[in-house]
Parts: sequence; structure tokens; C-alpha cells
Amino acid sequence: MLNIQNLHAKIGNKEILKGLNLSVNAGEVHAIMGPNGSGKSTLANVLAGRNGYDVTKGTVEYEGNNLLELAPEERAWAGVFLAFQYPVEIPGVNNVYLLKAAVNAVRKYRGEPELDAVEFLGLIKEKMKIVKMKEDLLNRSVNEGFSGGEKKRNEIFQMSVLEPKLAILDETDSGLDIDALKIVSEGVNSLRNEERSIILVTHYQRLLDYIKPDHVHVLSNGKIIKSGGPDLALELEEKGYDWIKEEAA
Amino acid sequence: MSTEIQNYISDFDQLKNDDWFAESRQSALNIFKETGFPNSRLENWKYTDVRPIKKKSFSNVTEATVSISIEEINAIRFDGLDCIEVVFINGVFSKEHTRLDGLEKGLDVENMLDALANDKDLLAKHLTKYADDKISPFTALNTAFIQNGTLINVSANTVIEKPIHILYLSKDSNSALATHPRNLIVMGENSEATVIESYIGLDDANYFTNAVTEVALSTSAILKHYKIQQESLNAYHIGNLNVMQGKNSKLESHSISLGGALVRNDIHGQLAAEGAEIIMNGLYMTGDKQHVDNHTRVDHLKPLTLSTENYRGVLNGKSRAVFNGKVIVHKDAQKIEAHQNNANLLLSDDAEIDTKPELEIYADDVKCTHGATVGQLDQNMLFYLRSRAIDEETARSLLTYAFADELISNISFAPIRNRLERLVIGQLPDAALIREFTNE
Ligand SMILES: Nc1ncnc2c1ncn2[C@@H]1O[C@H](COP(=O)(O)OP(=O)(O)OP(=O)(O)O)[C@@H](O)[C@H]1O
Ligand SMILES: [Mg+2]
Repeated sequence: MLNIQNLHAKIGNKEILKGLNLSVNAGEVHAIMGPNGSGKSTLANVLAGRNGYDVTKGTVEYEGNNLLELAPEERAWAGVFLAFQYPVEIPGVNNVYLLKAAVNAVRKYRGEPELDAVEFLGLIKEKMKIVKMKEDLLNRSVNEGFSGGEKKRNEIFQMSVLEPKLAILDETDSGLDIDALKIVSEGVNSLRNEERSIILVTHYQRLLDYIKPDHVHVLSNGKIIKSGGPDLALELEEKGYDWIKEEAA
Repeated sequence: MSTEIQNYISDFDQLKNDDWFAESRQSALNIFKETGFPNSRLENWKYTDVRPIKKKSFSNVTEATVSISIEEINAIRFDGLDCIEVVFINGVFSKEHTRLDGLEKGLDVENMLDALANDKDLLAKHLTKYADDKISPFTALNTAFIQNGTLINVSANTVIEKPIHILYLSKDSNSALATHPRNLIVMGENSEATVIESYIGLDDANYFTNAVTEVALSTSAILKHYKIQQESLNAYHIGNLNVMQGKNSKLESHSISLGGALVRNDIHGQLAAEGAEIIMNGLYMTGDKQHVDNHTRVDHLKPLTLSTENYRGVLNGKSRAVFNGKVIVHKDAQKIEAHQNNANLLLSDDAEIDTKPELEIYADDVKCTHGATVGQLDQNMLFYLRSRAIDEETARSLLTYAFADELISNISFAPIRNRLERLVIGQLPDAALIREFTNE
């Protein structure tokens, strides 16, 4: 599904990713953990195609194609979804209209007929239940005035409507209360299947109690310095990152 | 006397100028003769060069030479909205298209020419009293040529439900025309009305509209005033709105400027009694080589008066816009509030905006705020939308629309809001896509 090799990326003159390797197969859930500022969001942004990053070396293959040469929207059409660490407020752009346009853009790309208003409404009603999304948030401007937790929930709601093939969740668990964490996790779990891959960026082992990852990686200073199974997350929770950094040094 | 005003003088001499107003026309012409067109050395005209208007020898002789079909009129009517409509074609009153039947009690709407003949007392009291010929040479020029235009007189304690829509339509004719529409709106105590002035070019003719509107609001009168400027992209438009406000009166002005090659809109509000309030909302969208200048001035003459101004601009191509918002708080006008904001979105590197708030405050207990911003589309928003499968062009249009719509969406009257939203969308690169997006 996704194959990242020796990825180097800069912002301005600052190198942030310094030779990152990661391979994700269809149906797998990978957790990426790592200290603040290590480059986790940078990786997520580079995968989603945000401007301003300079990839100086390395390759990213997605379903056999060079992901890096696609525009952000082309990546979305092809099934890549990024749940933002800091979802953006967009005054004046309605949440539901955005979703409808997004769904139909993806369907068009796949050669499927666009959904009409009734079909679309049916779809979002069903998905709203899964993440217990409040109806009044739906008709507001995108994320405008949403609480931190509501924004995160909206990301997962969008994800469940768009049904991506590769979902990258950047600290979606941060800022969620205990109940919301459960609901969001259920939303993510309900999307798990053998064709869909998920990358979870998180600081907390707690999330991984709800969403069991297949692999756990530690990203530090722009590289994956250790990979393992779910146990690695437990070990990190207990011991922090220093021992791995030392081990890697 | 310079040669470029010669055609105005000779056209003036041909005017039938033998009514009670003749002297006023003549003295206005004399003022114009003396000042001529404004030049950019004048502070008030620093950023707007009117030489294109000056150089062209427009004809001021308005005759009913072109006609407009009912289909053409229907296309620009507010569909489904029952309006009182006054229609002018190339500056001349069109009896054929005007709809004045069944005017409500307490409302008088007529062509200025008729009003000059029939309502001498009312006009003598109000006409030229609020628009100062000495402040703008264009106002003087307009006064010299007062013929066609609209008088709206609303009696005290009368609420007019139907909007009054004045349409100034322009279409190519034998000669390049200058028209000088003059409107007077007189609102009695406790009266309420909605007036829409539309200036519409039906083709790409080169002409010059020089409009002046005067408004007098008595105690507690409320006027909602909309100006929709959609002149031809080769036309010149100078428009002056002058308002005198009595106690607790309220003016809500919405000015939407979309057309015109060279445009100057002036609003002058005089808050002349306690509790008077003026709201000024404006949106200008420019492209190509358009030049659009919005100047507003509010005089807080008395205590406890209120002004709120919110103007937004969307600039594309090599267009240039000017915003100048002047607020004068006069001595002893205590406890007033004046708020002003001007936000601009530059969609192209070649577009240019000059924005300037001007505050002159001679009282000490006042609350004034002002702010101006100039920026591009927000990169974070753009990326967010694109990451949600929206292609770049649509995302740009959508954010542009959202920016402009912050003004339009505040309009409480749905038929006008909807029409304006459609007009604004029509100005955007991906109109069809945005329409799809915002429908349902
Ligand atoms: N626009 C930018 N300009 C300069 N430096 C940047 C920019 N964006 C990110 N960085 C730097 O890149 C490094 C990696 O940032 P990134 O956001 O990827 O970290 P992270 O691993 O997601 O951290 P956190 O756990 O705090 O979210 C940080 O040192 C950050 O300051
Ligand atoms: Mg981060």
C-alpha cells in the first residue's frame, strides 16, 4: 500500500525528515510515537501533499505510484486521508456542503455516479451515528467555533464518510475526553478492514488500548529508530524515549 | 476655462431650463465651470484619476432613442419579489417599463421631471440641501443637469412593505452618453422603506453615469438602501449618496460594486441628532484593469450617535481599488460610537489596494475602532479543502466566495441577499462549481 524509503524533507533550510523508512501493507494499523518536534506531523503533511516542504531525497510509493508528484486533491481522490492535528476553521464554508463535494469528487474519480441530496443525507445520517456527531455542528461553517474535541470528532466523521484507503490520524486522541476517545476509537475500528491501512500518530498508549496496532514505530529526530509490536508502546509508556535514543545512537 | 468641459457647457445651453429650478442649475454649472474636473493633487482624489472621463466628449443630451425588451428587463428584475419599479433607459424615464400602479397610501414615487413640475414645495425644501455642489464638482455637474431621476416621499408613520427598485439601465446608442440621475428620498417621522438603486450596463458600451442621491430621514425613520453597481466594463460611474439624519433615525446602506472601468462611490452621512445611526456595508469585486474607489464620510454632529462600517474588497487581475473611510466626531458629540473595518483579498500579484481610515475626533468621550487588512487566500484553509478532495481552483473560489459572503450573508432581506449571492458567485472564476456547492 505505502512504501516510504529514505525520505528526507526540509522546511526552508531546516532538515526535518532525515532518511525515514516505513512500509505499510493493506489492512494494517501502524502507530507512530515519538518526542515533540521529532517530525511526525511533518511526515503526515508530506504524505498529504502540503506546500512548503522540500523533499530532497527518497521515495514514497502509494499503491505502486509515486505519491509525491500528486496534488493534495489527487491524493484525496486516490484514497489518502489526513486527520489534522490542528483542524482548520473555515468561516463561510459549510461543513455539509464540503463533505458532499468531497464525497462526489472522490466518486467521480472512481467512475461512480455522484450521490444526490437524498442519498448523501442517508450516508451522513448513518455515519453520524457511528461517531455520535451532533447534528447542529453539521450545518455550521467548517470547524468554526468548534471545541477542540468537536474538531477532532469532525475529522473522524469526515473520514468515515469518505472511507479512505490510507488514513493518517495525527494526534486525533489529543484533547478528547474519555468518552469521546472511546467513540472516536470505535469509529476508527469500524473502518478497519483488510483493504484499509491506518497510521496513528499518538503520544499515548491509552489510544492503543482501544485501537490495537499491528506495528508500533518510534520516530525521533526525523527517522524511525525503532519498530516493534503493541508491546513497544507499553514499554515506551513505562520508560520514555531516552533508552531508545541511546540504543540508536 | 478648460476645453474639456466645453461640451458640458454647450449641452447645458441646449437644455430647457425655464422652470423655478433654473437658477439653481445655473449656479451649479457656474461652480463646475470654476472648479472643472478634480485632479489628483486634491487629497480627496489622490488615488483616482478621472482623466478618462475628462478626455472623452460625452453627450449630455438624453433622448429616448433606444428601447429595451420586456425579456431584458425581466432578466434583471428580482424574480418572485413584488417591487415598485422605476426604470430609466440611458437616463430617460421609461414609462413603458415602470411599475407604479397601486402605490400604498403615504407613498409618492415619481420621475424627478414630474416632481419638479408638481412638488415644488417639497423639492424646494430638500433638493440640493444635503449634497453639496461645492464639495464635489461631479455633484455640481449633476445639479446643473437635474432632469430625470426619482423622487420618493414617504409620509410620517408609514411603513412601506414593497421594496422600491430604481433601475438605471444603459445600452449602446449613437453617441457616448453622460447621464446625471438625481434621486431624492424624503422619509417622514417613524416611516420605513427599502430602496434599491441598480445601475446596469446591458452591453459593453462606453458611457458615463454621474448619479447623486439625497436622503432626508426625520425622527425615527428607517431606510434600507441598496446600491448595486453593475455598469458595463467600459463605463465610468461616479455616485454620491448624501444622507441627513434626524433623531433616532437609522440608515442601512449596502453598496455592491461589480462593474465599471472607472468607479467612484461616495457616501456622506450626517448624524445630525441624538440617537441617529448609520450602517455602511460595502463589497467591491474588481478584475482586469478596473479601478474602483469607495470614499465614505460620517459626521457625528451630535452626542449618542452611532456609525458602523464594514467594507470588503476582492481584487483580481491588474485592478486597483481605493478605500477611504473618514469619521469626524464634532465637538460636544460625546458618547458616540464609530466602528470601521476594511478587509481586502488580493487574488493577483498585480492588483493593488490603497486603504485608509481617517479619524478626526474633537470630543473626548467617544468609542472609536478601525482596522484595515490586506491579504491573500489562507494557505492552511486552502490545503485543508484540497486534502478533502476539493480541487485547487474550486477551493480558491470557495474561499473567495466565503470571504465576500461574510458581508452579503448579513443582509436580512432574503430576495436581495439571494440575488446578491448569485451576483457575487457570477463574478468568480468557477461560478458553476460554487453554485453547485452552495445550492441545497
Ligand atoms: N513551518 C515551519 N518552519 C520551521 N520549522 C518548522 C515548521 N514546521 C515545523 N517545523 C519544525 O519541524 C520540527 C518537526 O515538527 P513536527 O510538527 O513535524 O513535529 P511533531 O513530531 O509532530 O511534534 P508534536 O509531537 O509536538 O506534534 C519541529 O522542530 C518544528 O519546530
Ligand atoms: Mg505533530
